[in-house]
Amino acid sequence: MKGAAARPPNRRQVIALGVGGVMLSALPEPVGATQDEVSAAIAKLFGSGAIIDGRVMLEIPKLAETGFSVPVSVSVESPMTEADHVSRIAIFSEQNPRPRIVEAFFSPASGAASLETRIRLSGSQGVVAIAQMSDGSLWRARQEIEVIVGACKPPPARR
Amino acid sequence: MRENRIRVPKEAAAGEIVEVRAMIMHPMETGFNVDDQGAVIPVNIVAEFKCVYDGREVFRARLEPGLSANPLFIFHLRATRTAPVEFLWRDQDGDLTTASATLTVR
Repeated sequence: MKGAAARPPNRRQVIALGVGGVMLSALPEPVGATQDEVSAAIAKLFGSGAIIDGRVMLEIPKLAETGFSVPVSVSVESPMTEADHVSRIAIFSEQNPRPRIVEAFFSPASGAASLETRIRLSGSQGVVAIAQMSDGSLWRARQEIEVIVGACKPPPARR
Repeated sequence: MRENRIRVPKEAAAGEIVEVRAMIMHPMETGFNVDDQGAVIPVNIVAEFKCVYDGREVFRARLEPGLSANPLFIFHLRATRTAPVEFLWRDQDGDLTTASATLTVR
């Protein structure tokens, strides 16, 4: 594999070598966040109040071949009225170099508290979704996912 | 202005909760990739996305490099009256991309 490092690999070579090939040697390996850093990232957005497990529906695949684009769905049952609605949902990774993935804001005009997106994951790990209600209460869901090839490597076929 | 795809239903009943989709073409560079010369590609992301309908913000997101390239959001809004559904993406350098579609409420 090192033999091709004398000149920059072209796209075809990179594809041929597959993920984790020559380009990886040039990269500073990203370091996953520690549990403390994950807790700090959550506290930075939501404060240090109690977070209760429940109410939040977090759906991710159990297994992903690559971590480049993993579908995630988060929803919370709520009447979405002025008096009782979900105001915020955020998604966190427990092992990515940066724990916070996305923070989304909702209002009664949203009609439903649901968010679907696609995320990057550096490897097998836990994903956490936290929702804040209009009364300020915080709710959590967590799911584990197995990722065969993490996203912190050069994609096999970059444009 | 970047290429984007939005999907808003043409019609809805008043009070109906409808699904909306929005995607922007953007590499969402994490800062962990190198170019073909071996140089690190700096972080380059869309920082904020929002959707406004009938004068109200129905959805807003703060994006991080942990989202995939060409970030997609699927969310909902409550149909109230015939009005444009407006989408706005702002990248980390402040460049804006906008899109709009009219939702007709029966």
